[in-house]
Amino acid sequence: MESLFQTAESGILATAPKEKILSEVTSKTLHKARETVGDPFVENPRMTCREVNVYYGEKKAINNVNIDIARHEVIAMIGPSGCGKSTFLRCLNRMNDTIEGCRVTGDIRLDGMDIHDRNVDVVPLRARVGMVFQKPNPFPKSIFDNVAYGPKIHGLVQNKSELEEIVEASLKKAGLWEEAKDRLNQPGTGLSGGQQQRLCIARAIAVSPEVILMDEPCSALDPIATAKIEELIAELCEHYSIVIVTHSMQQAARVSQRTAYFHLGDLIEVGKTDRIFTNPRHQLTEDYITGRFG
Amino acid sequence: MDQPATNPAIDKVNRGLKRRYRAERRFRLCGATAVFAALCFLFILFFSIVSSGYKAFQKTFIQIDVFFDPAEFTNENLATANFPALIKASMSSRFPEVTARRDKKDLYYLISPGASFQLMKLIKNNPALIGQKERIWVSANDDVDMLLKGNIDRTRPESERRINDKQLAWLDTLAGEGKIKKTFNMAFFTLGDSREPEQAGIWGATCGSFYTLLITLSLSFPIGVAAAVYLEEFAPKNRWTDIIEVNINNLAAVPSIVYGLLGLAVFINFFGMPRSTPVVGGLVLTLMTLPIIIIASRASLKSVPPSIREAALGIGASKMQMVAHHVLPLALPGMLTGTIIGMAHALGETAPLLMVGMVAFIVDIPQGFTDPATVLPVQIYLWSDSPERAFMEKTSAAIMVLLVFLFLMNAVAIFLRKRFEIKW
Ligand SMILES: Nc1ncnc2c1ncn2[C@@H]1O[C@H](COP(=O)(O)OP(=O)(O)OP(=O)(O)O)[C@@H](O)[C@H]1O
Ligand SMILES: [Mg+2]
Repeated sequence: MESLFQTAESGILATAPKEKILSEVTSKTLHKARETVGDPFVENPRMTCREVNVYYGEKKAINNVNIDIARHEVIAMIGPSGCGKSTFLRCLNRMNDTIEGCRVTGDIRLDGMDIHDRNVDVVPLRARVGMVFQKPNPFPKSIFDNVAYGPKIHGLVQNKSELEEIVEASLKKAGLWEEAKDRLNQPGTGLSGGQQQRLCIARAIAVSPEVILMDEPCSALDPIATAKIEELIAELCEHYSIVIVTHSMQQAARVSQRTAYFHLGDLIEVGKTDRIFTNPRHQLTEDYITGRFG
Repeated sequence: MDQPATNPAIDKVNRGLKRRYRAERRFRLCGATAVFAALCFLFILFFSIVSSGYKAFQKTFIQIDVFFDPAEFTNENLATANFPALIKASMSSRFPEVTARRDKKDLYYLISPGASFQLMKLIKNNPALIGQKERIWVSANDDVDMLLKGNIDRTRPESERRINDKQLAWLDTLAGEGKIKKTFNMAFFTLGDSREPEQAGIWGATCGSFYTLLITLSLSFPIGVAAAVYLEEFAPKNRWTDIIEVNINNLAAVPSIVYGLLGLAVFINFFGMPRSTPVVGGLVLTLMTLPIIIIASRASLKSVPPSIREAALGIGASKMQMVAHHVLPLALPGMLTGTIIGMAHALGETAPLLMVGMVAFIVDIPQGFTDPATVLPVQIYLWSDSPERAFMEKTSAAIMVLLVFLFLMNAVAIFLRKRFEIKW
């Protein structure tokens, strides 16, 4: 990580003109947290993260991150590979608990509830904060069972017809109903990649979460499937808060209202998406979005 | 420059190409040779076993006319009648010219001592036969059997044969009258062990194997799978689990006779369980197969893609639900395969069972888990150790039966794997 940091910095040295900020950047070591530029905080947030640090063993992967996630917004997380976007995203529903040697410190709240509190159970938490993964990962079961699994284990339904309603509503919201309604009993793994990803989204929204985390949901998809998912995200944000990690800045610009830029474990800048892409305040953000590195 | 510049790298690649293909051909040839050699040995093995054993599936019978003399059945208990005397009488009446004591003995020798049990059963089932004359096929002695199967050479000098010239003449007479026949050897599949080769069967050993394996399966599968699931999915990864893992791998490599000694010390001497029984044998084999099942189950749990676990956890399944609903069904085919391979291992295991006394000579068919019993491989070992020529073919026949069971188990393993395999 140290060496990666140095090469990245020397890359900037070679290309970036703004010497004033540069000297400031190079003078800082990685382990001292950088101030976050922009406006990471919002009024009446859905989730709040304060002084979040994540360690993989001895190695620090997330460095003192403070950010709020608003209600009914899409917030995009961008940044060069390995900067900790996925790691941060996984803090929000405590998926990092499942990784051997991963340690999270700091205060993360969902509607004011500390998710690391001893009384908080991860099972309902993950029902409230759903997740869609980079690679579509439907269960090797039928399409129906894929969507029905969450409501079943959480006991959201009393009988079969309620379950069918939920499955249909979720598939409709995920825009997969038309394609899947005639083959609900066929395996979900038999769908195309884009359909599988929408199936995973349907599976996530079937348990009525409040927040949906998406880790590069379109990276394995073609442009048309991507467009469908993006449309879907725009619709979903009426009901849910969506945190999306993406490598495509166009995608971030298209789907999100706010954007957060990560760099080597630091949250560098947060702001309205338009503003970030037109008028970045931090040198690193500007370098990244103008494609100078990353 | 008219000529397009040749790419020097491509030239180098082309030069190396031949060598690469030659290496591949060499390797393929080696592989094919190895496979061929293995097949040859397999064929030789099967051929030698089958050629020396197939005759055991036939058995020689001699027809005699028995008069159930009422004088013999004076006692209330019909079973106490002197059945051998009935047979002797019938043989004597067939060959009245035989009078010398020695010759009579030789004559009676042709009939198996087991024939009197056959008569006893007949009378038991149908007492009305007393006083009647019946024509019955009884089993011939094993030496007669060997002679008719061509395993005794008639041209050898009399002193080197187990059938002397007079006996040969009697047998030829009987054969001329159509009173000797070879039929399918039911006795081999329905009887227990015996000192008389013509009375010895593998049913006792098969039952013993069945009860033993039932114990082994019903203990080692649940314990093994539970241990694997715990170690793989729930146990914290620390030094203790590392030590456990290393030791499980070590246990899998421990010579099986050591398990036998352990079973002798623990189950028989300490817990006082009955010696020579399927319970003890099954427990010993459980100890032996557990490491195999645990290792196979862990490997198949490891091969379940992590994305499935993430998917389940990501929508709020508890760890137990994740394991039970998603990981286990995917890992089950591998676990079953491992279990059946472990069972096949246990089916063929001899050494540890010798230690817990399952090597005893047991005539009765075991009826339960606590009856003295022996198992198929031990039966093979016992027969192979017997001096009679007839036990030799029995040994091969028993090996065939054991192999058939092994093939069946492997077929079941393949079937289960195909059946439960979840297509992606
Ligand atoms: N399971 C793990 N164990 C140890 N280190 C890890 C683990 N997962 C991630 N890291 C490290 O943490 C840092 C952040 O990783 P992360 O996966 O969050 O990056 P990312 O921003 O999502 O990258 P990408 O855009 O390539 O997905 C990296 O340096 C990575 O090597
Ligand atoms: Mg990532």
